[in-house]
Amino acid sequence: MMRQEYWTLMDPCCDYCLHSRDNPCAKYVICRVRGPFCHRSMECREKRQRRIKEVLYGSHGVRINVGASSCGLAAGAERVLEAAKDGLRSMGVEVEVSAVGCLGLCFMEPFIEIRSEDGPSPIYGHVSPENVGDILARYFEEGSVDGAFAIRRRTGRFKDEDKVPLLDELDVWRKQVKWVSRNCGVINPESIEEYIVTGGYEGLSRALTMRPEEVIEEIRLAGLRGRGGAGFPTWLKWKICREQPSEEKYVICNADEGDPGAFMNRLLAESDPHRVLEGLIIAGYAIGASQGVIFVRAEKPLMAARLEKAVEDARRWGLLGENILGSEFSFDVRVMRSAGAFVCGEETAMIAAIEGRRAMPRQRPPYPASKGLWDKPTVVNNVETLAHVATIMVHGWQEFAKYGTERSKGTKMFCVTGGVKRTGAFEVPIGTTIRALVYDIAGGPREGRRIKAVQIGGPSGGCLPERLFDLPIDYESLQEAGAIMGSGGLVVIDDTNCMVDVARYFTSFTLAESCGKCIPCRVGTKALYDRLSAIVEGMGSLEDLQLLEEIGTMMKESALCALGGTAPNPILSSLRYFRDEYEAHILEKRCPAKVCRKLVSYAINRELCVKCGLCAKSCPVGVITKTTDGYFMIDESRCVRCGTCVITCPRGAVEKR
Amino acid sequence: MSGKICSGNLIEFLQRIQEEYGFLPRDSLIKLSRDTRSPLSRIFGVATFYHQFRLEPPGKVTIAVCMGTACHLRGNAENYEFLRRFLGIGPGRSTSDDGLFSLEKARCFGCCSLAPVVKIGDMLIGKATPRELQRAISRVRESILREEAARGAGGGKT
Repeated sequence: MMRQEYWTLMDPCCDYCLHSRDNPCAKYVICRVRGPFCHRSMECREKRQRRIKEVLYGSHGVRINVGASSCGLAAGAERVLEAAKDGLRSMGVEVEVSAVGCLGLCFMEPFIEIRSEDGPSPIYGHVSPENVGDILARYFEEGSVDGAFAIRRRTGRFKDEDKVPLLDELDVWRKQVKWVSRNCGVINPESIEEYIVTGGYEGLSRALTMRPEEVIEEIRLAGLRGRGGAGFPTWLKWKICREQPSEEKYVICNADEGDPGAFMNRLLAESDPHRVLEGLIIAGYAIGASQGVIFVRAEKPLMAARLEKAVEDARRWGLLGENILGSEFSFDVRVMRSAGAFVCGEETAMIAAIEGRRAMPRQRPPYPASKGLWDKPTVVNNVETLAHVATIMVHGWQEFAKYGTERSKGTKMFCVTGGVKRTGAFEVPIGTTIRALVYDIAGGPREGRRIKAVQIGGPSGGCLPERLFDLPIDYESLQEAGAIMGSGGLVVIDDTNCMVDVARYFTSFTLAESCGKCIPCRVGTKALYDRLSAIVEGMGSLEDLQLLEEIGTMMKESALCALGGTAPNPILSSLRYFRDEYEAHILEKRCPAKVCRKLVSYAINRELCVKCGLCAKSCPVGVITKTTDGYFMIDESRCVRCGTCVITCPRGAVEKR
Repeated sequence: MSGKICSGNLIEFLQRIQEEYGFLPRDSLIKLSRDTRSPLSRIFGVATFYHQFRLEPPGKVTIAVCMGTACHLRGNAENYEFLRRFLGIGPGRSTSDDGLFSLEKARCFGCCSLAPVVKIGDMLIGKATPRELQRAISRVRESILREEAARGAGGGKT
């Protein structure tokens, strides 16, 4: 074993270490990082400590991290990674380049970090294959951090350190609390070794020394509530399930993140998959389950692949399987990929999908905790909830309960997208105001724009106007204001967006995704959509508004599951706060944001027009004609408002009025 | 998971068939129904319920336009309409006449910060504009035609 060419921390240090899948050792995990405990050997100890340094900072004391989760890859991280390797080779610098997850700073993807133990560890944003060579040359040859987005510490040993801000001093970072996302963008998500070095599976090791009831008590004291949206106390769900008299029980990780605009679960599972898995194993132990299922959304294949790899590695090192870490507890997990249906996020629908049926929800009660998968007691927990469980078990409930409000403890990840300067996924204590999140962390409106609302909680959530931005984000405050926390997607709507169009968009989403089982949702979403379509096309009446409210209230009261029950939220909340926009569409036949096609007209601005005639050529109905002075003109009476001329014009001379 | 292989793994079976053929051929579904002893109606019900499953062969390259919130607000509805016109895909159809491209609407890819996002094959295009899409599609079309030509020529020689 000692002679193995490539020794990792997971392997035995010498012949004394006897841990294997068939002979599991209770102290296996903590022994890796702080051991050995079973035998005295300075040599083995040093060997492990050396390896830990190597894992954290590479074998040459420096490692280059490239953010390569879905968002980074979409921005071109893979080519950056290759270019970085080429650049280092041509400079003759021997440094490892590794793919890591996402820091949550999506606005500056792709990013790289040159990480070392006592160096400044600069982070660079908007890196391209073309400029990565320069960045590396500046750092390694000139000893300068010029051009970095931020550095982690000032050392005084590098040039231009004072030109670059400290990461901890930046608004986008300073106001966050990196609790559950601490490893995201820092470790290689495909390496179980890196997870262990950063304290991974210590929570599981600790949980297995406690009785299951004590684990549930720990989560109760922490005050953790479900991060999937509804905010049900996690410990209570577990306790109910634990008390069911059944031999077989299941625990399901809900990784079917379907809310458009929410990607914190993808980010967590892609950047730190073992944390989610660890939480799932702990949940299985607490309720007495022997089988776990991770149900992953079809559209997020990288998330599924990374979770599969994590499961495989955990199994290989005896963290899944029989008698985990020498305990009586046996547990295994399979990863299942959804075939794509938004309603799968609803727990009873998800169970139907896992059982191989159409994903249609059923009446609750009985809740899955008493009658779930294959009619056995089942706990369904969200990805972020499980990641919190693992973190709480390592650091103790006291640390977690330090953050948050009286009734909602801890931190929550939010994805801020839409009309802001800095889009990304940010982790803040629950109870942070919307204003702090949107203005301080996400940087406020884009150049020349004005933010008018945020849409929280996806198609189930509501729009809140700017004047309510001082509202703390917690389960109860948002509910009262007509929105929900949901999974934490926060879409910022600025003055280029029309509220009626947004409401219609969400309704088109729920209309398409309604499973069709119950009438309030199947017929209700269609009725809502038809009324909204009439309004955006200038054919609405004031009675429509009343009808929208009536149907919406009816659906809230009578739909079978949360999809239908929350589908009217975007409409009801925007009617409550933006009635004037609806009325402008109806009474003045005008769209204030100039979004609704039927209500805008197009005209050519002569000052910008270069008389190229592309608009006339592209117009599908041929209503753009040349005037005697060579300019072009749109015949408004015959225009079908398709917008082709706006797209075609190379100068942006076609304007909406 | 437990012994209920015939019904419990239905979605995974369908996924595997689709991986093999690119869609769910009718004959395979009939065979699956026989092998698993579950009614064809049930299998058909599941196959039509989920977005992922296709009952018709797709084009060589699938173009998926994200219809998530952020992408909607940043103009992907216009991109979609543009692609329909540019590829010449009529109403009720999803594949272009040359059989090269199929166009579909997708739910959020989770890359909202790069909105609007369009996926051509495996390539994600962030901050997509009609102009950029036009260029990307032309590139993809050329490379497919080149490949086909090369294969055709190679086949002719041997």
